[in-house]
Amino acid sequence: MARTDLDVPQSVTDLVTPTWEYAPAPQAIDVVSIAATNDLFIGGDWVSTQDGSTTSTLNPATEDHLADYTVAGPADVDAAVAAARTAFASWSRLRPATRGAYLYRIARIMQERAREFAVLESLDNGKPIRESRDVDVPTAAAHFFYHAGWADKLDWAGLGPGPRPLGVAGQVIPWNFPLLMLSWKIAPALACGNTVVLKPAETTPLTALLFAQVCQQADLPPGVVNIVTGDGDTGAHLVSHDGVDKVAFTGSTAVGKAIARQVAGSDKKVTLELGGKAANIVFDDAAMDQAVEGIVNGIFFNQGHVCCAGSRLLVQENVHDEVVERLTERLGTLRLGDPLDKNTDIGAVNSSEQLGRITDLVAAGEAEGATKWELDCALPTNGFWFRPTVFTGVEQSHTIATDEIFGPVLSVLTFRTPDEAVAKANNTPYGLSAGVWTEKGSRILEMAGRLRAGVVWANTFNRFDPTSPFGGYKESGYGREGGRHGLAAYLKPATPIE
Amino acid sequence: MSLTAREAAPPELHEAMRSEAALRSFLHGLGGVDAVGLEARVTGLATRSIKKDAKRTGIDLAIAMVDLTTLEGQDTPGKVRALCAKGIHPDPTDDDCPSVAAICVYPDLVATAVDALGDSGVGVAAVATAFPAGRSSLEVKIADTTLAVDAGAREVDMVIDRGAFLSGRYGQVFDEIVATKEACGDAKLKVILETGELATYDNVRRASWLALAAGGDVIKTSTGKVSPAATRPVTAVLLQAVRDFARLTGQVRGVKAAGGIRTSKDALRYLVLVQEVAGPAWLTPDLFRFGASSLLDDLLLQRTSQRTGRYHSADYLPMA
Repeated sequence: MARTDLDVPQSVTDLVTPTWEYAPAPQAIDVVSIAATNDLFIGGDWVSTQDGSTTSTLNPATEDHLADYTVAGPADVDAAVAAARTAFASWSRLRPATRGAYLYRIARIMQERAREFAVLESLDNGKPIRESRDVDVPTAAAHFFYHAGWADKLDWAGLGPGPRPLGVAGQVIPWNFPLLMLSWKIAPALACGNTVVLKPAETTPLTALLFAQVCQQADLPPGVVNIVTGDGDTGAHLVSHDGVDKVAFTGSTAVGKAIARQVAGSDKKVTLELGGKAANIVFDDAAMDQAVEGIVNGIFFNQGHVCCAGSRLLVQENVHDEVVERLTERLGTLRLGDPLDKNTDIGAVNSSEQLGRITDLVAAGEAEGATKWELDCALPTNGFWFRPTVFTGVEQSHTIATDEIFGPVLSVLTFRTPDEAVAKANNTPYGLSAGVWTEKGSRILEMAGRLRAGVVWANTFNRFDPTSPFGGYKESGYGREGGRHGLAAYLKPATPIE
Repeated sequence: MSLTAREAAPPELHEAMRSEAALRSFLHGLGGVDAVGLEARVTGLATRSIKKDAKRTGIDLAIAMVDLTTLEGQDTPGKVRALCAKGIHPDPTDDDCPSVAAICVYPDLVATAVDALGDSGVGVAAVATAFPAGRSSLEVKIADTTLAVDAGAREVDMVIDRGAFLSGRYGQVFDEIVATKEACGDAKLKVILETGELATYDNVRRASWLALAAGGDVIKTSTGKVSPAATRPVTAVLLQAVRDFARLTGQVRGVKAAGGIRTSKDALRYLVLVQEVAGPAWLTPDLFRFGASSLLDDLLLQRTSQRTGRYHSADYLPMA
């Protein structure tokens, strides 16, 4: 095998070198024990349903049954809200530093049980273990750490001295980042002295139920956190419940609008974090290798099940061909498959329903005349899978340029001038996020000021930090989560007379 | 810039070699490297989990890519002979263990290495051009190179003039590489950029292209005498350069990461970079090398433990 000279061949095509195959590196799943049936977590205890039913959740990568869980009915929601109301009286009056101590304890337990959370999240959601392990779970713990620090410093939250909690928060979260969205909701609510009733998504209830165990382990006072699993009706009961003072929702724009209609006329405070169709704008002077990484991370992170995904690539027309060539070459290295393999980059789509939606929108893209490229890879026979897909030749009027696909599908459009980039980026009913790629600092600042999006990433994408407020413009919702701004959603200024 | 220099470049780059000014605008027009994004990508690739067959194959590949190196003032012919023996049979108890790619020494010890290696197939590489600082006249550098090549070195590891590069005298650096390449004759030329002194990834990218355009067969991170030596992000920039150079010119050149790579785990992470940044075509000792001394021992320990299930002490490895 030794060689004397460097026999440098003349071109890449002369080389016939087999790919160095990475052997399977499966994450052991025996770190989690999943109960066959799951009750509701109300008032610090596991309680059976009064008027609900039972359904099941499956592993989207295999379609194997994972567990049965409860679909909470109206009476269950009543009980959960009542438990939260009872707990509010003492929790809101607790010494703020003590509230902070509980949150620190929860954060540490989440870190200690990080492996368990990561495996369970990948089993129930289908996302690669690399992401649940390196992004979801650590960031979720970080949200608790961050808000633990705020608990006794709320006088400096920007609402004047002595801001007050709102009461009982009804929180409904989506299936794309089950544990992370839970922490975005619960951590600030608790830090500010509220109590919560949280409904996890229908297809991903398991990490929320594990989180309930963490609350017990942390000796959190009963009723401060209540978890009611269920479907859309359960969520509707919760957000329309008279005993709820604050509604926080992350999910689709359609449901968000319904919630806004439901709570209109009540004195409930609402924050909505809804859909998006983010523009990821690449200028010709961008650091191209990193821009390509940013495009990949922008749309193929979490199978594109990201509300702030960079689903519209706006690329300056003089580098369009180069960017598309580099991008598709890079996409060739993506590894699609078993979410629990540590080398998997693209996992399973969360549900057959979502897979159907993605498939339909991609068919629409082809029918409207855009050019489709997809990753040449085998798909597992069971489970819900979709190949990373790139559409070029997309026009602003195409469905795939306007509708949120919520899947691993990128639409590539071009622009000629910065003005055109801004016009196209803003030409959407959404306004959650945007990305700008350029080596020119002044252009970043100018673009950030003109893009109507709640988050503008410069030379990066899909970066989440508890200190940074996150939220949308227009149909992407209102209110902010994270940072000092996020606290305002769970506090009201002190008033002399209430 | 000399006319020879311009002719040495691939046709696609002739325009860029027209003048010192053209060369400068070419190098500065390469497009930047975003340090945060680069390092994030490299960190992400480090999470690749290399197990079982992949690990066994990777370790053997890494062994075959080692330029087993000794570059000490205290080097003796005896030490070089011991190193050569080890390079030929890294694991004397296992005939299936690959030989290293080459033995890398100072020019005065090349003859010893050539003699010791015989027809084993292990290459002889020599550092030259006033290694490691490169602070001498071109005449001395060429004489140094000639000394090595005449003694039988088949690969020459030259250093670039970092002072000239950092002060923007790209033409001078280019001409020196061309002159050294000429002095190499048939011997392959590895161009050491000494990335630890170039300070920015943008500079590393420019130096990479400069060296490739001037005819370097391999671009190499470091001498091993300056800290930091090879890092994975810097190596990724070199790998991007050879990948893009091949795309532009059709010519495939190599990369050598040298200095500071001591563990098998680290070596496997480099191989992942090679595969996923440059492409699987670069996963061969012809196109990727490790410049290292202690790395080989760790590779051998890991190799044995992969095969026997037991991890034995370094006392079982013949020292060199």
